[in-house]
Amino acid sequence: MESPVSSHTVSSAAADAAVVLAPAERAVRILGGELTERSLRLHLEGLSGVDAVGLEQRAEALGTRSIKTTSKAWALDKIIGLIDLTTLEGADTPGKVRSLVAKGLTPDPSDPTTPRVAAVCVYGDMVPDAVAALGVAHGDPDDGMVSVAAVATAFPSGRASLRVKLADTADAVAAGADEIDMVIDRGAFLAGRYGQVFEQIVAVKEACRREDGSSASLKVILETGELNTYDNVRRASWLAILAGGDFIKTSTGKVAPAATLPVTLLMLEVVRDWNRLTGERIGVKPAGGIRTSKDAIKYLVTVAETVGEQWLQPHLFRFGASSLLNDVLLQRQKLTTGRYSGPDYVTLD
Amino acid sequence: MTEIVPATDPSFLDYAPAPESTSILHLKDSYGLFINGAFVPGHGTPFASISPATETHIAEIATATPADVDAAVAAARKAYQKTWSRLSGSDRGKYLFRIARLIQERARELAVAETLDNGKPIKESRDVDVPLVAAWFFYYAGWADKLDHAGLGANPQALGVAAQIIPWNFPLLMLAWKIAPALAAGNTVVLKPAETTSLTALLFAEIVQQAELPDGVVNIVTGAGETGAALVRHPDVNKVAFTGSTAVGREIAKAVAGTGKKVTLELGGKAANIVFDDAPIDQAIEGIVNGIFFNQGHVCCAGSRLLVQENIHDEVVDRLKARLATLRLGDPLDKNTDIGAINSREQLDRIRELSNVGEAEGAERWTAPCVIPETGFWFAPTIFDNVSTSSRIAREEIFGPVLSVLTFRTPAEAIAKANNTPYGLSAGIWSDKGSKILAVADKLRAGVIWANTFNRFDPASPFGGFKESGYGREGGRQGLAAYLRAAPTPTPPSPKVRISPYSERRKPGSPRTLTNGVAE
Repeated sequence: MESPVSSHTVSSAAADAAVVLAPAERAVRILGGELTERSLRLHLEGLSGVDAVGLEQRAEALGTRSIKTTSKAWALDKIIGLIDLTTLEGADTPGKVRSLVAKGLTPDPSDPTTPRVAAVCVYGDMVPDAVAALGVAHGDPDDGMVSVAAVATAFPSGRASLRVKLADTADAVAAGADEIDMVIDRGAFLAGRYGQVFEQIVAVKEACRREDGSSASLKVILETGELNTYDNVRRASWLAILAGGDFIKTSTGKVAPAATLPVTLLMLEVVRDWNRLTGERIGVKPAGGIRTSKDAIKYLVTVAETVGEQWLQPHLFRFGASSLLNDVLLQRQKLTTGRYSGPDYVTLD
Repeated sequence: MTEIVPATDPSFLDYAPAPESTSILHLKDSYGLFINGAFVPGHGTPFASISPATETHIAEIATATPADVDAAVAAARKAYQKTWSRLSGSDRGKYLFRIARLIQERARELAVAETLDNGKPIKESRDVDVPLVAAWFFYYAGWADKLDHAGLGANPQALGVAAQIIPWNFPLLMLAWKIAPALAAGNTVVLKPAETTSLTALLFAEIVQQAELPDGVVNIVTGAGETGAALVRHPDVNKVAFTGSTAVGREIAKAVAGTGKKVTLELGGKAANIVFDDAPIDQAIEGIVNGIFFNQGHVCCAGSRLLVQENIHDEVVDRLKARLATLRLGDPLDKNTDIGAINSREQLDRIRELSNVGEAEGAERWTAPCVIPETGFWFAPTIFDNVSTSSRIAREEIFGPVLSVLTFRTPAEAIAKANNTPYGLSAGIWSDKGSKILAVADKLRAGVIWANTFNRFDPASPFGGFKESGYGREGGRQGLAAYLRAAPTPTPPSPKVRISPYSERRKPGSPRTLTNGVAE
């Protein structure tokens, strides 16, 4: 005997499939015609699979590149310039944010040639403090300035109504955030409601728009540790790009595992394929768990050998990290002076 | 006059040189033969071993004459009779474990020597060859006291003296494939390395000394084809194991026919790497690269024929070219080198000749953009597209970094094309669909079939060919059995004495006097 509940679910699922989705420009261009839940699903489920063993082997091979002398010096400076220096704690205060900003502007007081970080990344309500602390140094990392990135959309869980998520985003943008790091609704994704995830990204992208018509850059956090399979990561990456994300980002840093090299490699492959298809360049941000220069250099190698060296710039690649910076500074001091110093020779924050 | 102006912003991808230091390696100027536990001079004209990457002289190597080979076989025979066959399996195992540990201890040195002498990238000798060499000795060390489970019944017997001839593509690894099972089974060996790559075999001889293996259990004779021929034809050899070309393999098979010598031949290949349209595409590209460009394509089981489903042909070839453009060819000792040197001028000439034939036969040639060093033997990664099944480059083993691309439409066609070769060493299948992999693998006539991977080796897995790729298996239990024979069938008891059913059972050790009064 069929229960009324299940028959309702079936009919509503069938109806869902035909639901017309927001006509996001990229998705319409790639999928064509009228964008529906069904056409989106067919596309995502038709993507080629990922062989986990092979992917991990490739990442491991890239990790064995030996980056020495001049290449290492270049890599260390490049890493600093690609860092989103992050504090995302319940205990964050204006003082903590000011000191984070100071660290981002002058990472190593003993060496004025040390580059600045790309951005500071804070909770939405701390954006005014970050903007004030940066002062005239607030701006585009391409111009030697430091941007402000804010996490939004009920970060890190994303468990809030769309209305709240949009208000969260609009608030941060209005307060001066240059970049928004949103989270996708992993629950909806895992339940197969790709259209819902898609529509939310489209809506948040819209909320990133400023009054003058310009727009904050949108990083879409997939939280790959919760998506669990590489096939899911590939689908979510395509979904985020189709919906209009400027960056795809691995993790919130609140869930283990956070960024891994194989996951980042996979996302870079999606970005490379998107570039082959459309000529557009999408950014990638591994976040969480990258703590040493050695690891960070592996990521640079993976970027350069997968999508190309031109991706090693702040608008196309970022590290979401906090403790990484000090390890890079220690390595940098070692290259300059020829000897290792210690944690007391770099500032806490 | 042009002056090279350093770029203001040098490319990160031009990684700064990261050469592996050769200071760990202490080579002698000249090496003799290793016979009966000691280095002795050879009586033939010595020859030079050169580095294929720089053409510089590495060391002088002795040539073994038939008389030297005779001395080596005699030493092996004596060691077999006096010591090795009398040791318990667990004692033989102890020696093999000791050798395995010494290989691990000297891993870096062995990797540097292999790369210097062979031309393969240090990342491969360091991460693939030498770790597998140690793994092979560890694996067979564990078998030495478990021969009853080799599949030949209880108490199988060693064969005696094994003559082993190995190729230049994986010098030390092929040595391990040959020596480890032979010793575990209780045989003694005389091994001849390839003349262009004798170095690591001679370093292995030092390890044998270090391990205090009884004299004569392992003997190493160096030299060219004549030395090998003398070894194979030696009347006191019980087993011949050869890895190399099909042509030489045929000669060996003829030479030993009718002699009662047991033979294992691991010969050429022309493996099909089959990529279906439901393959995990990025990993398949990596697998194609690994299949044919690993070790400069000097791999008998290399995936030299890419069979790609026609509907994804263009995409696969485009992606493959983009990937090949990132390969780094150059100094094999640099840790970032992906493609090293071709092992010898002779081999380079053969690769060039067959590539020219491919072009002349109408295949589309594409070569990866890379700078070829001025000295040494080099061949840039090359793809031939639109290759017809009748083309020589689709039929003959090139043994170099050259891939022939063919297409198919259905699984049946893929199987037919894959099997349409005189060889049958290996094959690869790429598909996300497990049932398809199993169904196709079932119909391929190849000794090793990889699914969603390629060129993976493990000591526990038997390796060997169908058809002209040879016979016998190396690796695993089967590789052990190749050095053993079943115990002789016990002769039935003589019927001259009948034991009365009523007689008292004879207790062990009691006098053989029967109760009916008839003495035996």
